Amino acid sequence: MNAEDRALANRKLVKKLLWVIAGAILFTIALVPLYNVMCQVTGFNGKTGNSAEQAAKSMKVDNTRWVTVEFTSNVMPGLAWTFYPKQTSIRVHPGQIELATYVAKNIANQEVIGQAIPSVSPGQASLYFKKIECFCFQRQTLKPGESKEMPLTFFVSPDLPKQIETITLSYAFYSAVK
Amino acid sequence: MTTATDVHAHDDHHEHHPAGIMRWLTTTNHKDIGTMYLTFSLIMFLVGGMMILGVRAELFKPGLQLMRPEFFNQLIGVHALVMIFAALMPAATGFANWLLPLQLGAPDMALPRLNNWGFWLLPPAAILLTLPFTLALFGIGDGAVATGWTLYAPLSVQGGLGVDFAIFSIHLLGISSVLGSINIIVTIFNMRAPGMTLMKMPLFAWGWLITAFLLIATIPVLAGAVTMLLTDRHFGTHFFDAAGGGDPILFQHLFWFFGHPEVYILLLPVWGFIPHILSAFTRKPVYGYKAQVYSFWAIGILSVVVWAHHFLTVGMPVPALLYFMYSTMSISLPLAVLFFCWIANMWKGSMSFETPMLFATGWIILFGIGGLTGLVLADVAADAQYHHSYFVVAHFHYTLFAGGIMGVMAGVYFWLPKMTGRMYNEKLGKLHFWLTAIAFNMTFIPQFFLGLAGMPRRIPDYALQFADFNMISSISAFVLGLSQLLFVYNIVSCVRGHGEKAADKPWEGAEGLEWTLSSPPPYHSFTEQPVIK
Amino acid sequence: MAFKQYQQSGAALMLALWSLAAHAEMRWNFPKPVTPMAEDTLHVHNKFMIIIMVIFLVVLGIMIYSIFNHRKSKGHTPSQFTGPTTRSQVIWTLVPFAILLYIDFILMGIPAYHSVVMMEDTKNGADMVLKVTGMQWRWQYEYMDGDAKGIKYVSNLKTPQDEIDGKAEKNPDYLLEVDNPLVLPVGKKVRVLLTANDVIHTWWVPQFGTARDAIPGFLRETWIKIEEPGTYKGQCKELCGKGHGFMPVVVNAVSEADYKKWVEAKKTELEAASAGADKQWSKEDLIAHGKEVYEKNCAVCHQADGKGIPGTFPALAGSKIINAPIFDKDGKLMTDSHLDRVFNGKNVMPAWKGILNDVDIASVVTFERNSFGNSMGDMVQPAQVKALR
Repeated sequence: MNAEDRALANRKLVKKLLWVIAGAILFTIALVPLYNVMCQVTGFNGKTGNSAEQAAKSMKVDNTRWVTVEFTSNVMPGLAWTFYPKQTSIRVHPGQIELATYVAKNIANQEVIGQAIPSVSPGQASLYFKKIECFCFQRQTLKPGESKEMPLTFFVSPDLPKQIETITLSYAFYSAVK
Repeated sequence: MTTATDVHAHDDHHEHHPAGIMRWLTTTNHKDIGTMYLTFSLIMFLVGGMMILGVRAELFKPGLQLMRPEFFNQLIGVHALVMIFAALMPAATGFANWLLPLQLGAPDMALPRLNNWGFWLLPPAAILLTLPFTLALFGIGDGAVATGWTLYAPLSVQGGLGVDFAIFSIHLLGISSVLGSINIIVTIFNMRAPGMTLMKMPLFAWGWLITAFLLIATIPVLAGAVTMLLTDRHFGTHFFDAAGGGDPILFQHLFWFFGHPEVYILLLPVWGFIPHILSAFTRKPVYGYKAQVYSFWAIGILSVVVWAHHFLTVGMPVPALLYFMYSTMSISLPLAVLFFCWIANMWKGSMSFETPMLFATGWIILFGIGGLTGLVLADVAADAQYHHSYFVVAHFHYTLFAGGIMGVMAGVYFWLPKMTGRMYNEKLGKLHFWLTAIAFNMTFIPQFFLGLAGMPRRIPDYALQFADFNMISSISAFVLGLSQLLFVYNIVSCVRGHGEKAADKPWEGAEGLEWTLSSPPPYHSFTEQPVIK
Repeated sequence: MAFKQYQQSGAALMLALWSLAAHAEMRWNFPKPVTPMAEDTLHVHNKFMIIIMVIFLVVLGIMIYSIFNHRKSKGHTPSQFTGPTTRSQVIWTLVPFAILLYIDFILMGIPAYHSVVMMEDTKNGADMVLKVTGMQWRWQYEYMDGDAKGIKYVSNLKTPQDEIDGKAEKNPDYLLEVDNPLVLPVGKKVRVLLTANDVIHTWWVPQFGTARDAIPGFLRETWIKIEEPGTYKGQCKELCGKGHGFMPVVVNAVSEADYKKWVEAKKTELEAASAGADKQWSKEDLIAHGKEVYEKNCAVCHQADGKGIPGTFPALAGSKIINAPIFDKDGKLMTDSHLDRVFNGKNVMPAWKGILNDVDIASVVTFERNSFGNSMGDMVQPAQVKALR
């Protein structure tokens, strides 16, 4: 092979490798949504889906089983609110639509917007914990000194694996990001 | 082909490379660039070593004696980044530059100018990484990155300007590695001597080929992860912040998707060295060449599907835990093939134990300990105990110091006569090996026990029950550090032309094209390509 | 000075090496397990260690045999084989891999499988639920159900700074002692929920055989069932900043009866503390109490002299936030005021409302407003803090 042929061959191969790198970069970008899909499929990280209003209509109540649902909360640094569940736990039949309430209060003299981030444990249960209406679907605004009851309607899917008897729902309330 | 000496004389006559610093700044010669990589690597090895000696001095006894915890955290993280990105990786790239054209029968690397750029990105990267230490002395910022080398969010989102410097440094290091990898792949594919098929290629080239592919596949992931970190820090994105719908665990997935292949990126070139050295000093051909090549591939592929075993305590669904456990255990199979081949290579040979062989033999044993403890670490339930304890610290130093750096040292002693034309001092070389091997074990065996007893890693101060082992470990670490001066002495004296003149083939049993050239080889390696039958 | 310390340490080393074998403090394996999980982990670990040591010694034996016999100096002539050639050689080559496959996926794989299933068995039959919140650099414990429901407190490192700095003799529990240990009954299955407020932490007690990350914004869980009364100690093991080495976990496991007594006592204690919020405090008392609170909680970042660490932790001396009013003319808490920052936190500053009680917060704010050269002269009454909740 003479030098010119070789230079040409080298350039061709470099081009191919640059495509590989471009592919790797695209793959990296794709990993972020892929990760979220993985979380939703496996229940990893206890992330719950959005409104399950449709699924609720065709739901059959399983009266033979009880599941305990516990509620807890964290107010993250920087949010001048108090925030706690009104009830610490309730017992439900899978499929039964239930209402739970959290109480939030703005203790500062300015309007504050917050965003609640839900998390369910055990992570596996998050696939079966369905919210119909939740204050975490939107940002919440509280006027200075305002106190507000925040409702949550949900049900536990009857498909919940038998060995899960207790589900804990936690909300981390953050100061809403811009 | 003309004889090597002729080529040399011919070269000296016609080559007009600039003298002094300009020669090194502008050089496109693979040996010059290889030398710069190796020199850079050696310097950074000493810098990273000094950092960890500071850490070991602090850990010599309970209490805070020498430094604040913030500074301690900076030292451990920068130590790891320096050792991985600025010592071990450039060492491997340096050898690739030096040896690949020689072993493949090529005049130079395929893309000489790219090669030069690849190297000259490294010094600025090293400066970026360590500059915040200096800036802090002038009251700017709070020092270097203090999050450990893993840069986990949200700690790294919270961190000071050291994190930004580390991110830019990683970008530069990443670009440098990718450029190096492109060059190596092109050289291996296009520059081999006529007749040298891929399956006749030296194992070092095979090791590097897979390393290079791993690098171009995973470095973009690391670069992407740290870029997201940068935008989270300064541009209001929320990739890793739950408040904005992000997730801190995503960072760990991205990081280790790069991080686990990185382990093999560091090790594969060394696995490439070892058969050359073993075969030379057993005077016996490489055992199981094909088996080794296939194992390289198997490990390369497995390495990108096991990443989550680095953070099993994060809480994952049972099926995921089981998958990562069993896939990690599977790596032991191709690795066992390699061990089998290395030992079979020794079996019924005619061995002699010059320094490179001592290092290679010690390397097999110590890397074996690293591999076997890795097998245990795969067990998810027990990993809850091992994880982030000193057990893990000991484990990965057996793989990366013994398995990585000691392997590189074996390579240095093996090819130093070829590179410099001078023999190193054999007595000092042997002394260097024994001091290194003994001090290394005395440093890290106590750390296995510390981990089992419950000492977490990355703590600047510890409970009294850990005191004795830490003291032994610290003292041994200083012996280990100081004995590296013998290594430096041996290299420097060869480079400066002291010592016996080396023959073209200084090792009786050495095989390969590089030994057909003069020691040191001519400026342009093979102006006429040899033909392999 | 450092040199002298090393001289002393050198002498200590001689002593340590001399008594190496007999030394009681030197532990060679996991500490004594006290939960089923830790028991299982120890068995699995011991088994695996024996397996890998046998592999190591067998392989090393073969190598050593070869190193001693197949040497040039012994006149051994090299063979030229590069792989198995006969059928029986091929079979002998495959045997080690058959053994390794067996070890990986049966001998180790099966017990490891059972351990994983056991470790993740949090969903069933829990007798009580505990919530652990990690924050820089302390743990908060909240009892979620049962008699102890509502008990919530923070557990801080108790070791004095002088011991850390080597100005005082280190006590035997050095760095593994807290002001408020977690108290749990023995023989009960406790479901442990974990989360964090700032960065990732890992809650780890070696004798429980369990470690789980506490992740900001997300909930994780694990379980423990302590089978023996005693005090068990562990540490955070995910790097979480400068205080990472200084946030121990201390658990007192007590009998059911003692646990009930402790619950009563703790409830009384917490009530008494909150009752303090209703009375009117004098400025002197607030400042005196505030100084204690400051040294325990705030000095680690803002420093004992209130000067902070430039670039990382802001100075309180002359701070704009401190030297400004707290309440507006309607008596409402002003955003970004001194109390707002302490009470609700921001970024790295924790939200102390979840950590300190009303008296502590009122005192420390009053102290800060009247120290380090700040002379606001005013004070915050605990009742004003209580009204915010």
